[in-house]
Formats: sequence, C-alpha cells, structure tokens
Amino acid sequence: MSKLDAKIPEGPLAQKWTNYKDHQKLVNPANKRKLDVIVVGTGLAGGAAAASLGEMGFNVKNFTIQDSPRRAHSIAAQGGINAAKNYPNDGDSVYRLFYDTIKGGDYRAREANVYRLAEVSNSIIDQCVAQGVPFAREYGGLLDNRSFGGAQVSRTFYAKGQTGQQLLLGAYQALMRQVNAGTVKMYTRTELVDIVIVDGKARGIIARDLVTGELTRHFGHAVVLATGGYGNTFFLSTNAMGSNGSAAIKAFHKGAMFANPCYAQIHPTCIPVHGEFQSKLTLMSESLRNDGRIWVPKKKEDAEAIRAGKLKPTQIAEEDRDYYLERRYPAFGNLVPRDVASRAAKERCDAGFGVNSTGLAVYLDFKSAIERLGKNVIKARYGNLFQMYEKIVDEDPYETPMMIYPAIHYTMGGLWVDYELQTNIPGLFAAGEANFSDHGANRLGASALMQGLADGYFVLPYTIQNYLADEIRTPRMTTNEKEFVDTEKAVKARFDKLLSIKGERSVDSIHKELGLVMWDFVGMGRTKESLEKAIKRIAEIKKEFWSNVRIPGSNDGMNVELEKASRLADFIEIGNLMAHDGLNREESCGGHFREEYQTEEGEALRQDDKFAYVGCWKYEGEDKAPALVKEDLVYESVKMVQRNYK
Amino acid sequence: MENTINLTLKVWRQNGPKDKGRFETYKVENISTDSSFLEMMDILNEQLIKENKEPVAFDHDCREGICGMCSLYINGRPHGPDDDVTTCQLHMRKFKDGETVTIEPWRAAAFPVIKDLMVDRTAFDKIIAAGGYVSVSTGGVPDANAIPIPKVDADEAMDAASCIGCGACVAACKNSSAMLFVSAKVSQLALLPQGRVEAKARAKAMIAKMDELGFGGCTNTGACEVECPKGVSITNIARLNRQYLAARFSE
Repeated sequence: MSKLDAKIPEGPLAQKWTNYKDHQKLVNPANKRKLDVIVVGTGLAGGAAAASLGEMGFNVKNFTIQDSPRRAHSIAAQGGINAAKNYPNDGDSVYRLFYDTIKGGDYRAREANVYRLAEVSNSIIDQCVAQGVPFAREYGGLLDNRSFGGAQVSRTFYAKGQTGQQLLLGAYQALMRQVNAGTVKMYTRTELVDIVIVDGKARGIIARDLVTGELTRHFGHAVVLATGGYGNTFFLSTNAMGSNGSAAIKAFHKGAMFANPCYAQIHPTCIPVHGEFQSKLTLMSESLRNDGRIWVPKKKEDAEAIRAGKLKPTQIAEEDRDYYLERRYPAFGNLVPRDVASRAAKERCDAGFGVNSTGLAVYLDFKSAIERLGKNVIKARYGNLFQMYEKIVDEDPYETPMMIYPAIHYTMGGLWVDYELQTNIPGLFAAGEANFSDHGANRLGASALMQGLADGYFVLPYTIQNYLADEIRTPRMTTNEKEFVDTEKAVKARFDKLLSIKGERSVDSIHKELGLVMWDFVGMGRTKESLEKAIKRIAEIKKEFWSNVRIPGSNDGMNVELEKASRLADFIEIGNLMAHDGLNREESCGGHFREEYQTEEGEALRQDDKFAYVGCWKYEGEDKAPALVKEDLVYESVKMVQRNYK
Repeated sequence: MENTINLTLKVWRQNGPKDKGRFETYKVENISTDSSFLEMMDILNEQLIKENKEPVAFDHDCREGICGMCSLYINGRPHGPDDDVTTCQLHMRKFKDGETVTIEPWRAAAFPVIKDLMVDRTAFDKIIAAGGYVSVSTGGVPDANAIPIPKVDADEAMDAASCIGCGACVAACKNSSAMLFVSAKVSQLALLPQGRVEAKARAKAMIAKMDELGFGGCTNTGACEVECPKGVSITNIARLNRQYLAARFSE
C-alpha cells in the first residue's frame, strides 16, 4: 500500500459528519445480537465504547489489565474537559473550538476529524450530566466553566481537580450497567498479547490471564483498541505504571500503520526526579505559572552549593537569580507555551545550573506573588496543589520555592485511523489516545478527555456499524481455526523465549536505560545527530534486552516481571519508531522540536511545503527499518500559518 | 543532603488463594526518606530479583493517589501511618531508621488474596453492577443545563463521588463492612436529580448485593472514615440508611 485513504466524507466541513451519519450502513437489532465486538481498554474511550455498543445490543467483550475497569489511567486527568457550549456567552462556537484545536496542534491534524470532535463535544457534557457526573456549578445551579491554555474563551467543564476520575466513573457505571444486563462481558486482569487476522481482517485476540498465566483465544467480528498512549517508553512519565504501547505494537507488527510516533507532549511543571529509584512523575497544574516565577541560580557555584545541601534557595540574593524565561522571552515571560518552557528548563540544567540533589530541577517561586497579593489569595488559588506538593516533597511552597522539571505527559501519535477510526487493517479500530487523529503535533489542555469520550460515545458506535453491516453473514468462528492456534503458538514461543534468557539484568534496569536514551536524544530538543545516535543505542538496548534480561519465575501463574518484560520489548520498538519518525521530519512542529529548524526567537519552524503530511510507518520485518507512507494533509477551511504566541 | 534509613520488613507472602501464607523477613538499606513507600517496595523487589528470588506481588498503578489500585496494611493501618493519603503517596520520611515495618494485604472475606499482597476486589464491581448508576443510555439526553442543581448539592455529591474504590474502609472495619463504599455511591446519585428517580431501588439492590458477597454489617465504629484516603464522610452511611428504610417502607 502506498497511499492511505482517510475516507473523509464529501461536502462542506460543517456537513461532513451529518452527511456521513445520514448515509452510513446500519445493523438491525436482530443482527446486532449476532455480532461480537472486542474492546480492549476501559478508559474514557474504551469504557464509553463498550458501554455504548452494549446498550445498542452488540455482544461486547471488554478487556483490561487492571483489577477493575475503574482503574484506567483516564482517572488521573485533573483539569477538565472542553466543549463548545458557549454557556458563558463569550463567543465560543463549534468552529472556534475546531480552529483552536487545529492551531494548537500546529496544523498537523486532519480537519474533518477535528471538526467532528468539536461538533460532538456538547453532547458529551449532556451525557455526563445525565449519568450523574457532579460537575462544578454556580450558585444559580447551572454549570461552571474555567479557562485553559490555547483559547480566548472559557469552555472547560470540571469536577474539582478530579475531572478525569468523575468522567471515567460515569463511563464505568454505564459499563457496569451493561455487564449487569449481560451485553458486556468483562475480562479483568487480562492483557491482549496479540491480534488474530483471518483473511486480512481482524477477527480476534489472544489474551493472557495475568493471574493464572493462561493464554486464551477470543473471537470478534471487529476489534477495538482503546489502550492509551506510549509515554512510558521514557520510563519516567506522568503515566500510570501499567500504561503501555503493546497493543499498538502488536497491531503494527500485523500490518497496521503507526502514525506520527514522534509527537509526544512534554509538560513543563512536574515534581522532579529525586533519585535513582523514582518510579513516576507527578504533574503540577499548569495554572501555577500564572503567579509563579521560574528561576535557577545565576552562578554555577551557588547551584553546586544548593545541590550539595549547603545553601538554600531563599538565601540566594535577587540579583543572583536567573529568571531565564523572563530574560529570554520578555513578551511572554513565565507563560510561554509548554514546549518552550520545557526546553528552556532542560537547557539550564544541562548547562549545570539545575537544583535539587540531582541537578535536574528549576525553581517555581511564589515569593513575589505572595508579597503582591498576600498569602491568602495564593492559598485560595492554589491551596490544594501546594498541599499535594508538600505531601510529596516535604517542603512548604509558601516559604521556599517549588522545584519542578518537565516530564513526558501524553502522546499525540498512535495507530493510523481513517475518518471511521478504522486502521488500515479491516475490522481493527483504534480510539482515544491510542489513535493519532485529532491533536496534530500538540494537544491542548482539557482536550484529551473530550477526544476519548467523543470517540467512545459518539463516533465509534456509529462508524463501526458501517463495517459490521457487511459482517452480518459472517458466523461466529470457533477459536480452533488455524489462525488462532498459530497466533497463540507464536505468543507462547515469545514468552518462553523471554523466560529462557535468564540473564543478569532486571527489566526495570534496562527500561531505565531506554528511558534515558529517549530523554536525551528523542526528548525536548532533537537533532539529526541525536536521533541517529538514538537509533543506534536503541538497537544496542534491544540486543542487551534479548540476551541479558532476568525474569524470575515461570509462565504458569502470576508473573509481574514477565508482564513488564513483554511490555518493555514493545517499548523498545516504539522508541525506535519515534526516533525514525523524528529523523524523517525535518521541521519543528508542536511537541516535535528539531533544533535545526527554529525561528530566531527559538520558536518551532514548520516546513509546510515538505511536511504537511501524516508520517505513517509500516512494519518491514524484524530488525529492518520501518517504511514511510504519507497521508497528505489537505486544508480546505483553515489557512496554515506560523503559530504566533507573541 | 538526603537522609537514608535502614529497615526490617515483615512481608506477607502467599502463593495463591489456597496457600496458607506466612511472613518473610527482609532487610532494605539506604532507603532515601524522599522515596515513596512503593518505591521502597520496588527497591526490595530489585534486590530479590538480583538474588534470583521471586519479587513481592502488590497492586499499584497511577502512583498519584487516584486510581485506587494500591492497598497494603502497613503497621496495622490501611495505607500506612499518614492521614489522607494512599499507599503510593506515603513517603519513607514517616518511618524511623532501624524500624521494623509489617506489610500485609487487605484482610476481608470478600477480598480473597490473589498473591502476596494482592487481593481480589471484584466484589466492589459487582456491587456497582447491581445498581450503582443512572439508567441512561448514550444519546437522547436533555441539555446539560436543563436541570439546575443547587451548588451545595453538587458539591456534596462531588465529595461522596471522590471515593477511589480502594477498599481501605473494608480493611479498616472489624466487621469488613462495605457500607462506606456503598453509601458514597448511593449518596452521590441520590443528591442529584438525575439519580433520584432510582434512588430507593438502587439502595436496596446495592445493599442486597453487598450482603450476598460476604461483607459484614456496620456497627458505627467510624474506623472507615478515619482510614479513607479521600476523607469520605460516614454521614453518607446515615443517608444510605434513610434511603434503604424508605425503600423498605414503600414495599
């Protein structure tokens, strides 16, 4: 395949989705009962899709690696969810939400998909309220909104600082209602370990019971992957420990395209790494940059003394502080975009001015704000965040500056899907963060929840019918078919191989090595040299992994190290893809920053004449470089311009 | 300079639900007091792997106190010796150098041990499946602002809804009662007009399921509220009892 067809419906942008729905094929109720749909993942996209498909009458099998569908990592989203309701009457509209998302994504998303996302955003809020999601309200009893980055309107709905939790519990409850009704069968603590393809179509999965170690075969007329992002390739990220990219890699190995793997979002304000055994990074809300000033010591010896614990930040005189964002970006100061703030922090730390015992942190200081506004105002604005920081770091941010550092947060890339959320393998769909489609090269705040639920409640349940309508004559297959047996055999051989290595190194130690390579060479600032080096180093890590990993225990029964090893093997493949994609994309856009391509002010410099396409990667075989296939991005409504944050 | 401590760990090891289980003693050294408790467990496991032994199985995922996956009964307290935190948010500065730390799984008949410190909490999912939802399907719902909800009710519903389903309330309760968990969901939905329609039936169905699954009754000791990492209040239990009584009277 050399050309990818996104199957974008005809007609003007605002009519495409309506036209599609008016003309798509449907499945009648009697036939729905005869069709099996496998949904992998129970987050906002997977949980919402499984519940909705169950309500419609399909037979749904829903898989999760956790002990309950309610644990999916969507639960950790704090800020909110965008929708074009225009309740505050501040000029919002579907078009404006669409435009902001396209622009925020640095003109690398597909217009038709983004417009549909903006269009269904309002239905999501209605749906969640009907489910009993306790959104924040004003005294008049109506819904409250707040502002988020990249927009001039207040369109973000929220439930305290736990919006993701409340939306996920809404989807989870809808899902459990279907479990009770018998339309959805839940498989908890069960992991997809491969996808079964029969005559070119996705027909099922091989799963591993994480408690017994048993491999099981499952048939589906269609398979939906809603398995989240691959940020944990970097080992340290804001993702949950179990978040992984394995389902996407299994699909990739079976011929599905992996799109824009190099687009990863690095969030500037996370609690920094404290030591070698750090397992994860915690996000501190971006809103803190409204009142906090970011700095490092001006003198190297001060930074060294701080790292050695001989000096406190409060002892550094005002003239010895380098407010580097205010210095480098006087117009925007501490409120530069996420990518710029992240890169600038890394630059200072790499130059030896970082603080914390590791040298990998900068200060976020509220002293001026407290002097200007008083402690009570700051407390009212950020009290809960300050408390959370204090629990983790054991320092009072009212008295001493916070320490922060950037961390990998979200991956915009993912499995290539067409307008129907179908990958290039018929019958294999991808939803939520697992697909690539809506955020372009950079995602705006409060848009991940919107996209997950849009895909799960309002897009996939429609588009999947257009495929399933042609499957009503396909009887349920027994899983004794050759393709199931062979796929299971290959999976077993892979696990046996992993267990037979019996090397010297733990899974985590190799994963940390991969993470450092990714961070140093495929991180915030990339160059041709760094990416070439990454490809070489990742190949070495792959060799080391497959010859020297140590996995205690066996395949019979629970074996957490084996699970981790299997996922790490796939993260190594993803790291390689990210580096290849980054190397190919000789431009800077959104979260992908090639140091060779920047404006004089250090802003991302796109090359629209050469790279206005989706970079899709095709698997060419073990240890072979992946092949590039392009989907051209054709903009009909919006003009591509240089993003301007000045 | 960062402080480090040495600890003796008494860790519950159990091969599966049928295994009898026993405590094993391990030593961990030079643990940074800035580490989280689960990072200390990671270090222990790294040590065990090096010695070619099987690492300790424990549940965890988000490591920021919201997914509800982590558990652990540490020195006799669910989620350990700090208030309003989950085990993943507990830090080693709460322990003293040389201390012996006892680590056990949740102990409740309704939460059988899967392996070591991991327990099976699917009973909670079954309780939610029995009625912990509003019976609406996707689409065809009114505009989100069609029904105003008093802010005080919305806020109270949010407080109840902050339950993370970790099971600390059951582990803390001498009767292994799930009343705080059940009452949090019943309260959240009963406080909102969308959920009020089914409020009585929901309370009845969820309580019946809870009893069926082997959770004990509530004797108002209040231990659940003390150990709840999200501060869910036992006033929710009072509200649940009202809903339940109303449901029984209207039979």
